[in-house]
Amino acid sequence: MNLALTVNGREVRAEVEPQELLLDFLRDRLGLTGAKRSCDVQVCGTCTVLVDGGPVSACSFLATDAEGREVLTIEGFAQTPEFERFEEAFLRHAALQCGYCTPGFLLTLKSLRDAGELSSDEQIRHGLDGNLCRCTGYRAILEAARELAA
Amino acid sequence: MTVVERPRLAEVGVSRPRKDGREKLSGQAQYVGDMEVAGMLHGKVLRSPVAHAQIKSIDASAALELEGVVAVLTGSDLGDIQPYYGHAIKDRPIIAIDRVRFAGEPVAAVAAVDEATAEAALRAIEVEYEELPVLGTIDEALAQDAPELHTRRPKLGLFHGLGELGEQRGNVCYQHTIVAGDLERVRAQAEITVEGEYRFPAVYQYAMETHGAIAHYHGDSITLWANCQHPFLVRAEIADLFGLEVGSVRIIVPFLGGGFGSKSYTKMEPLTVALARKAGRPVRITNRVDESMVTTRRHGMRCFMRTLARADGTLVGREVHFWLDTGAYADNGPRVTATAADSAPGPYRWEAAEVQGYCVYCNTPPSGSYRAFGATHLQWIGESQVEEVARRAGVDPLELRRRCLLTPGEPVRPDGTGKPLDADLVGDVSHAAAAVGWDEPRRPWVGRGVSVGLLAAGAHPVSRASVRLSSDGSVDVYVGTTELGQGPRTVMAQIAAEQLGLSSDVVRVHGADTRFTPYDRSTGASRSTTIAGMAVKRAADAVALRLRETAGEVWDVEPGLVDLVGGRAVFAGEELSFPDVIAKRFGFRGGEIIEGGEVRPVGGATGSYAEGPYFWEVCVAGAEVSVDLETGEVELLRTATIADVGRAINPQLVERQDEGATLQGVGNALFEEMLLVDGVVVNDNLLEYRIPRISDLPGGMTSIIVENEDGPGPYGAKGCGEGAFAAVPAAIVCALADAGVPMNELPLTPERVWRRIQELTKETPDD
Repeated sequence: MNLALTVNGREVRAEVEPQELLLDFLRDRLGLTGAKRSCDVQVCGTCTVLVDGGPVSACSFLATDAEGREVLTIEGFAQTPEFERFEEAFLRHAALQCGYCTPGFLLTLKSLRDAGELSSDEQIRHGLDGNLCRCTGYRAILEAARELAA
Repeated sequence: MTVVERPRLAEVGVSRPRKDGREKLSGQAQYVGDMEVAGMLHGKVLRSPVAHAQIKSIDASAALELEGVVAVLTGSDLGDIQPYYGHAIKDRPIIAIDRVRFAGEPVAAVAAVDEATAEAALRAIEVEYEELPVLGTIDEALAQDAPELHTRRPKLGLFHGLGELGEQRGNVCYQHTIVAGDLERVRAQAEITVEGEYRFPAVYQYAMETHGAIAHYHGDSITLWANCQHPFLVRAEIADLFGLEVGSVRIIVPFLGGGFGSKSYTKMEPLTVALARKAGRPVRITNRVDESMVTTRRHGMRCFMRTLARADGTLVGREVHFWLDTGAYADNGPRVTATAADSAPGPYRWEAAEVQGYCVYCNTPPSGSYRAFGATHLQWIGESQVEEVARRAGVDPLELRRRCLLTPGEPVRPDGTGKPLDADLVGDVSHAAAAVGWDEPRRPWVGRGVSVGLLAAGAHPVSRASVRLSSDGSVDVYVGTTELGQGPRTVMAQIAAEQLGLSSDVVRVHGADTRFTPYDRSTGASRSTTIAGMAVKRAADAVALRLRETAGEVWDVEPGLVDLVGGRAVFAGEELSFPDVIAKRFGFRGGEIIEGGEVRPVGGATGSYAEGPYFWEVCVAGAEVSVDLETGEVELLRTATIADVGRAINPQLVERQDEGATLQGVGNALFEEMLLVDGVVVNDNLLEYRIPRISDLPGGMTSIIVENEDGPGPYGAKGCGEGAFAAVPAAIVCALADAGVPMNELPLTPERVWRRIQELTKETPDD
């Protein structure tokens, strides 16, 4: 099938299999390996990318469903001026350890911030409940998120 | 020679931001699954659906006919090598040979041009099994008439480390005994006896990055890119398996997406190498989560424990018998058993104690290391019995602990062997209790608990490192410690910078590539800062000495009188930048200073288990919980953990270690459990195996750092990050007992707690 979409602001056209997952498309075809594979069942959030500004689990999202839409991965987000705030907040609070889940958290946080959904701890906890982190114990991530809301 | 002491530490004790932070935040950090090697094939593994069977036949002909399939590996391909491995006991074939012993055991592996083709090929392989009786539980494996799962005469692994294996009986692959004092007499005289049967479930480490490796077999050498915690031990096992010199095996370790013990020792590497050897091309194998769940896990355990005390609560005797389900192959089970035995008595002054630990083969997936192994298994049991002793004696449980805990210098092992206590446990537990509001009024069905334990830490004390000062004044540190999230790239840079009198900003720390990086025994047992960090410190000291010598020659003064500050050599108003010192040393703007440092057993010691541990990691926590009588739900109101680290080189990273350990402890205590039916894991996915989410964060979580400079590491440091894991579940269990619901099985699921509440209500009807 023919696929045309925008990835990190760049138009991409490709021939894809109908069952091809967005995660494989990004990682294997485009070499965008910032989105990671882990649970494969849309639980852990480590494969999170933004499609038209909203977070999706790329492990459970067909590449063809991104037809005509805008995909933002961590590689694209890291090139934007807005990213620096996220980076500084995470560094200041040491809100990362192994780093495997980190791109997914950053992109989910960006979408929450864009939607104005970081204004209370309750909102943050709800908004980040689909991103697992096994290393940090979440407290530092919560603190970084509070700072991003301010 | 006198050395100038700088008045204050400029790098140590400072929370420098992570050196790997920007790389990881921007998605640039490379993990093994992100890497490509020219000509690389994709490997997939066909795993046994049954837990115990003879393999009657394997027909891979249809798979080999598929376009894009390059090779299929089965047990019959291993005739030209000695195919059994295992660092403790060489009991495991690289791939099943004629028999499978657990559901999930690799039976065939396919190398193909892409993953989809490899998966299609797996479906085309036909395997005929003749099923055998399944020993799915410890009880079944220990039954009189149970068949023996391993009939080959067992061989010791390369890194057994536990002395003679001893006689293996039935399905017990290792036994560990500690006996001290006259338990019969103490039992006869005890006025309080608390005893019970306890169960701890199998749990999954869930490092978010699954196991993976890329292997390139060159014929006379092997290159491996692997997400392993112990590359130097894996190198030795791979060399041993494939009949090569250790130096002919090169292992490169990129960033790891978590480990927690799941990537310790050898995991998927032998199979990946064997498949690459068969295919004649590089191959990558990356597990799915369900595959990693059957690659390693935490041992499930059955335990009987008895604690004996005087009427005033004074603890006098303890007896512990425990059986660990190590699965079909020993993996790290013997070490887990020994470490569990060390944690079983608890850090009290016993008149008599007996510990019998058994490591048991079952037809279940292999069990190995998981953060704070052994201590996590036993501490909640021992501490809940201390809690019950206090209740019966009418003594405050904190007061009882203060009275009976060991003090620094007292022997930890009841038999007096090994390292004496090197920590202030009474101080530690007092801090933990205060942080969870110990003396505040208690509300109904709210309980508070503390727990205290020790974990044998450090493993074998062998690490080397090198530090290289370039002619531009920047520094490279080569150290084999694996960066799996805990932050060694940052901490090692701070240590080197401290010793060299420069900023850690100009220090780069490089991970393990066994061809170039100095030897490091392993990354685990909370040893990196303490042992590898000391090797870095010594290497940096050696570089500093060269700088002082050269500057001293320039100024014609004793090297010891030269100070190193801010990247400069300084003496009596004279100063030279490090690049200038190097230019003086070599006579031109080039050259470098490179030196090594090492840690090894000293004073006739061998670093053996009997002499160890290198230090005792402190496991102290407090918790406050409430329990809902109607639903059995346990809510965690407050936790406090103690990081008794001797010296915090980067305090923020120390806190993060304990916060992460707290949440893993919460998961193990409250809901994590691998469910096995006839040896098959039935919840082998993240939908049915739940790990803590951000909404599970306790209401209050305090991480307290205690710095008594009493560790054997640099600046008096000692390791952390595991102790909290053992201590938190124990504190939660004690808090729940304090709330009125003593438990003898984990996890504390609402159903299990609710049933216990019903039992207790029946036992004590309303007056």
